[in-house]
Amino acid sequence: MSTGKNILHVENVTMQIGGVVAVDNLTLDVNEGEIVALIGPNGAGKTTAFNAITGVYEPTNGAIDFLGKRMIENHPQGKMTKIYAGENNGVYKNTIVKTPDKITKLGIARTFQNIRLFKGMTVFENVLIAKHLHQTGNLLSATFRLNNKEEQQMRRETLELLEMQGLAHLKDELATSLPYGQQRRLEIARALATKPKLLLLDEPAAGMNPQETQELTAFIRQLRDEYDQTILVIEHHMDLIMDISDRIYVIDFGKLIATGDPAQIQADPKVIRAYLGGDDDAEN
Amino acid sequence: MVNQKKNIKGTLISILCILVFMAAVAVLENLNLWVPASSLPKWLKPTSMLFTVLKKGAVYSLIAVSLNLLNGFTGLFSLGHAGFMLLGAYTYAILCTPSSVKDTVYYKYNGSSVNFSMQEFYQSFLGNETLSMILGVVTTMILAGLVAALFAFLIGLPVLRLKSDYLAIATLGFAEIVRALFQWEAPFWGRITNGANMIKGFPKFSDFNIENADGKVVFYMSTLFPFIVAAVCIAVMVLIIKSTYGRAFRAIRDDEIAAEAMGINLAKHKMMSFCTSAFFAGIGGVLYAMYSTTVQAKPFTSALTYELLLIVVIGGIGSVSGSCISSFLFVACSEWWLRFLDKETVIGGFKVPLLRDGFRMVVFSVVIMIIVLFFRKGIMGDKELPEVAGKIKNRIFRNGKKSKGEAEK
Ligand SMILES: Nc1ncnc2c1ncn2[C@@H]1O[C@H](COP(=O)(O)OP(=O)(O)O)[C@@H](O)[C@H]1O
Ligand SMILES: [Mg+2]
Repeated sequence: MSTGKNILHVENVTMQIGGVVAVDNLTLDVNEGEIVALIGPNGAGKTTAFNAITGVYEPTNGAIDFLGKRMIENHPQGKMTKIYAGENNGVYKNTIVKTPDKITKLGIARTFQNIRLFKGMTVFENVLIAKHLHQTGNLLSATFRLNNKEEQQMRRETLELLEMQGLAHLKDELATSLPYGQQRRLEIARALATKPKLLLLDEPAAGMNPQETQELTAFIRQLRDEYDQTILVIEHHMDLIMDISDRIYVIDFGKLIATGDPAQIQADPKVIRAYLGGDDDAEN
Repeated sequence: MVNQKKNIKGTLISILCILVFMAAVAVLENLNLWVPASSLPKWLKPTSMLFTVLKKGAVYSLIAVSLNLLNGFTGLFSLGHAGFMLLGAYTYAILCTPSSVKDTVYYKYNGSSVNFSMQEFYQSFLGNETLSMILGVVTTMILAGLVAALFAFLIGLPVLRLKSDYLAIATLGFAEIVRALFQWEAPFWGRITNGANMIKGFPKFSDFNIENADGKVVFYMSTLFPFIVAAVCIAVMVLIIKSTYGRAFRAIRDDEIAAEAMGINLAKHKMMSFCTSAFFAGIGGVLYAMYSTTVQAKPFTSALTYELLLIVVIGGIGSVSGSCISSFLFVACSEWWLRFLDKETVIGGFKVPLLRDGFRMVVFSVVIMIIVLFFRKGIMGDKELPEVAGKIKNRIFRNGKKSKGEAEK
């Protein structure tokens, strides 16, 4: 369980895309060994928050620390200085940006809400690809197979991951020929192959049937309990979230509206209102 | 692990096929040494179009595969391959034309500023003429590739960070600029490139024939030589494609965002692929120069690039063997099989309509249009020959039972 050591610290991050403030002054922490959930209605800005953390977008304002080090920092620039509609303007002075591959190398891996597997590749290759960032050779040594030992090691680890996900028997199938639920599991396997310190899951249960969802729930819990994997997860299946989360952040219209453990969140009227559209006394 | 065994078997079969094919080429080429020329059918005579097609086909295979590495395996679209070939061809022509010939070739500029050749450089300390030539040519090939790769690097530096469409525009512009530059008639520059005039006198394919002391050919290599170079280069490219870097290239092709999220540095890997592709296009340019026996900037137009792109598309984007097969087919059609369309033919006193000079190109264009419109996957799709051959074999030897490959699934 949580040792309390901070892994990810998102600080006053605002993501303004054109005139839309998709993430508004979000502050969020993930500690080692925790499963933290980020929930909110559709269009609340959850995926955008992930994109800011993983370097797909540069935040308009705010900072993100990873493993106690400043990883990303930005402030409104250019025409954004005029139309910036978020808070904490002027607090952040530096511009530190990183491309997604650098952030993955630092130890954050993710899955995508709309599955992004490599279409032309087999299940096995899809996971093997994620091992590329750890290889120590160069183009020449790889071409002439001087890295064979490393390559074999990569292949072994890939197979282990596929076995863990119950996908080993499908390893030579085209990734896109798998059913939806298995594609999601494959994406998780691929993300895990980068050996992340923090795993970001964007709606991992979307499109899964109840049994698959249950298996996934068990698997995510196993990742934390047996492999000490720290996880930040976006999900709409409330059963899954309430079941596995240590802490939950709720956002609506980009703004944090509640945070706490599952019991606190379930009882929070603001959350209920956000989810059920202002109907105060609706059941959860 | 079954898969791995299958892979090794496939690789061995491929290598064997290539060796058998090259041996066949060597035999065909040398038939006239062993059999009197009069008893050979017309298409096997040393002057036959067959050998032209084989040589040019081998050269085009190498270049087409290098283009496929970029277009088919990395998803980057370059329209500058003619430019890289030109750089390779000129590097070779400038460095491998013997200094004794240079005065006549560069007569307009009163000789060349590059007053040495690689062969002479090697001969100065090795002595042996043949060995010096081979070493000189091989060294220059690598240098030619490096020159092309260097230019690719310089183009890629600003462009590969942008969206991939910009690469097509930038490379197209680059190829045109380079071509213009190598036709520039400035005195100092002309002493290197010979302006718009041709450079000749460098070793060509026929210089690799093995001769005895009397200067009589004992073994013809002029068709085999481009095959050997192309085979080695293509083998290296296949090794790259199958390596972890090749997988990274394919990941970028399939999904840039996901590839980046898996820790693949897009700019760096695109650059690698682009430079590698240019490197082999440069070597292809050397072979092209040897094939043409002269070098001039004129033929390296964007039309040449489009021809190569067509070959890649016809062969199948993402298939190395497809590119090779389609190179030979394309060259055979354009140089040989469709030639009859250009000749006015009279059958039984009746003049066949339409057949006249230039009609070949019309038919050729129509064929290409049909392929591009209706067979977009090309001959091989993105499969390789062993895979396709295996499927065909399974289909033939099914005997009512499920074939082994399918039973495994
Ligand atoms: N690239 C973009 N361009 C314009 N608007 C965007 C972009 N990305 C996200 N948005 C907007 O940001 C808001 C949050 O989207 P998103 O983060 O996908 O929501 P969630 O994942 O919580 O469902 C939405 O209103 C969406 O329209
Ligand atoms: Mg989303």
